[in-house]
Amino acid sequence: MANLQTNFLGIKSPNPFWLASAPPTDREVNVTRAFKAGWGGVVWKTLGEDPHIVNVNGPRYGAVHSNDRRLIGLNNIELITDRPLEVNLREIKAVKKAWPDRAIVVSLMVPCEEQAWKKILPLVEETGADGIELNFGCPHGMSERGMGAAVGQVPEYVEMVARWCKQNTRMPVIVKLTPNITDVRQPARAAKNGGADAVSLINTINSVMGVDLDIMAPSPHIDGKGTHGGYCGPAVKPIALSMVSEIARDPETKDLPISAIGGITTWRDAAEFMAMGAGTVQVCTAAMTYGFKIVEEMKSGLSDWMDEKGYTSVDQFVGRAVPNVTDWQYLNLNYVVKARIDQESCIKCGRCHIVCEDTSHQAIWAEKDGQRHFEVNDAECVGCNLCVSVCPVEDCITMEHLTDGVDQRTGQKINPDYGNWTTHPNNPMRVAAE
Amino acid sequence: MPSDIRGDRLSPAEVESNFADLHPLLSKHEAYVEADRCYFCHDAPCVTACPTGIDIPLFIRQILTDNPSGSAKTILGANILGGMCARVCPTETLCEQVCVRETAEQKPVRIGELQRYATDHLMAAGVHPFERAAPTGKKVAVVGAGPAGVSCAHRLSMHGHDVTIYEAKSKGGGLNEYGIAAYKAVDEFARRELDFVLSIGGIELKTGMALGRDVSLDALVGDYDAVFLGLGLGATNGLGIAGEQLEGVVDAVDFIEDLRQAPALEKVAVGRRVVVIGGGMTAIDAAVQSKLLGAEEVTLVYRRGADRMNASAYEQSLAKEKGVVLRHWARPEKIEAGSDGKAAAISFMKTREEGGKLVDTGEQYELQADMVLKAIGQAFTPAPLKGANTEIALEGGRIKAGADRRTSHPKIWAGGDAVAGGEDLTVAAVEDGKQAALSIHAALTGA
Repeated sequence: MANLQTNFLGIKSPNPFWLASAPPTDREVNVTRAFKAGWGGVVWKTLGEDPHIVNVNGPRYGAVHSNDRRLIGLNNIELITDRPLEVNLREIKAVKKAWPDRAIVVSLMVPCEEQAWKKILPLVEETGADGIELNFGCPHGMSERGMGAAVGQVPEYVEMVARWCKQNTRMPVIVKLTPNITDVRQPARAAKNGGADAVSLINTINSVMGVDLDIMAPSPHIDGKGTHGGYCGPAVKPIALSMVSEIARDPETKDLPISAIGGITTWRDAAEFMAMGAGTVQVCTAAMTYGFKIVEEMKSGLSDWMDEKGYTSVDQFVGRAVPNVTDWQYLNLNYVVKARIDQESCIKCGRCHIVCEDTSHQAIWAEKDGQRHFEVNDAECVGCNLCVSVCPVEDCITMEHLTDGVDQRTGQKINPDYGNWTTHPNNPMRVAAE
Repeated sequence: MPSDIRGDRLSPAEVESNFADLHPLLSKHEAYVEADRCYFCHDAPCVTACPTGIDIPLFIRQILTDNPSGSAKTILGANILGGMCARVCPTETLCEQVCVRETAEQKPVRIGELQRYATDHLMAAGVHPFERAAPTGKKVAVVGAGPAGVSCAHRLSMHGHDVTIYEAKSKGGGLNEYGIAAYKAVDEFARRELDFVLSIGGIELKTGMALGRDVSLDALVGDYDAVFLGLGLGATNGLGIAGEQLEGVVDAVDFIEDLRQAPALEKVAVGRRVVVIGGGMTAIDAAVQSKLLGAEEVTLVYRRGADRMNASAYEQSLAKEKGVVLRHWARPEKIEAGSDGKAAAISFMKTREEGGKLVDTGEQYELQADMVLKAIGQAFTPAPLKGANTEIALEGGRIKAGADRRTSHPKIWAGGDAVAGGEDLTVAAVEDGKQAALSIHAALTGA
């Protein structure tokens, strides 16, 4: 069986599945339950200065559901821990002592003043925790007080605080980035410049989950008013994956270790983030949706997949997909595909036809010999993948790569050679081929 | 009317189509759609309802996350005969009955079919999912290669013990091989599953070896470190009425066994008019299969009401769907011979319940029947246990065993139908075998 052990900045854990800093990691009783359930590590819910923060007494969560009430996206207006610092520190110490083989990283958020950081760091160090994560991500509440996303959105602040921490503790420093920014590479580079050992991302995304049309207020609402919260869960995974890939392939940060966060719900999500460069993954919404036991599926799935692929340790596939992320201009323009509909598995719903007809290239016929029958017209198909995306049946529509002959749509011979926009004759800024 | 019992009532093609898989394997798409309905409940009711305690939410989620082999391992770790149980378990009265989707929509997640999807996937890969622990040097004898015995042997082997199974019949599998309706276990599934289970190694299967005839309990107790008895039920109950000895009156168990072992199903002899007596799964299996073989009229008669039948509502509706007539509240009184001296008719006394007791109404009726199938229960045969030096306590005519499946003899464990309180379910027998193995392992290693 594959070895799931990870070593992230020297922080060892029996598997790459950590619980992200959030309500599930707010107290000893939860973290102990999580470790019993098999989680490899936790990032303890963000500690702050005393007097401890005050959370709302109304709804803290909002959700996006599918029609059968599967939770697709969640948002929250939680703040950092609302328990006294001393209580958290005592519990962290106790848990670390009881579970020495599990990773315990402590999330921190104090005002942007060196003194505040200098004060809290030794207290955390004293617990025996393995590292710290600087929470530069929370988009609500704390950002209004000049912390969280308010810091994460200013690369100079990110660099400054990272440096203070590196100078004032021996613990590894992970900087948790906000996605509420235009170019996530900027704060990532800043974190690296400040000496941070790693970054973790993404924190939650600004969101309003819905509007209650009876009371004309955002939902959820507290006494008739609502506010934006942090969006997370399966729905945010693509955004997180993109941001992770940007940092993993940026020449300036490509060697910066990443702990990935954002909609990780199954072993496959985890494997994808790891292939995209993450050394560990942090999970929250999946646990908040199904309970801690969900980690069993993740561990067995990852392990079985590694066995199947012949990977014996996670290092063997971490980052393997990164070289295949590129810019649009380098995509092979000579690569031609056409949609193919498997008539055996087609249930004849007609959705491929109507989306192609109404919104794409009118490349799917709906009838043959007077019968309902869906087939691709190669002379019109641009290979866009929309039909595959909307087809309700797995693998019913696939894309066939044409390797010779003529593309009936363009009338051009299939060119087996790679050719991209940088050298394309239509590109006024093309570079001469060598 | 002369008796008319014969084979070839239907063409081979008709019989083949009649006996096709009751629930064909789910396609990947169907499995995904169905798996997506599982809520991954906390302390899931389905798990509690499964005698073997399979982690059902986990295995379904593993299907959903495209890990059918991992899913199968979850299933087989709790129930090594999970493939057969997926086919024959009365899921409608076990896991699926308590599914929260049943509460929400009167439509449970099809747990049995998902279980089959996963286990078939793994078995098709042909790799045994478990490894044996280091050899312990201990030897255990298992009597009976039915679900209880095979489950016990497998778990013992996993723990590093060497196992010898003694089986009286010429093939292993027990009920799964001989007693299950053919359309529930097509393609020799019972044999393939047995091969799969034994492929873990460390288990020797000796067939044609009956306890009390070819090997004695004394000898087993002397030669092995522990003994597990998974004998099953060796005898069938009789009707105790006139005409029972007539030609054409058959034990349903024998009929089903002949059918399962027949090289060509269409050759199996069945009456033109068949009457089945009983209300359990065996009665339903015999009745339905008679119909599928081409019997013109098949009537199942049970002495009490539909709600008291051991066969589930699903099984009863399946029988009706296949054209079996179910009649309730009547007990057989006499089987009459025709001019050819063979069974020709059976007369019934109508019954009703009075203060919980079954009483006759005085009203009678008669059904034409050239074949009468008796399915009124099976009995344990304690004779093979008789040994000069071994003594095992019985209870209600079956072996007495504790929660750890240990009998009154310190070296002997027992499980399955041979044990008092047995549920006559494959899945319950598998659990017995597993629990006995764990108890034996603890006793042998002091663990």
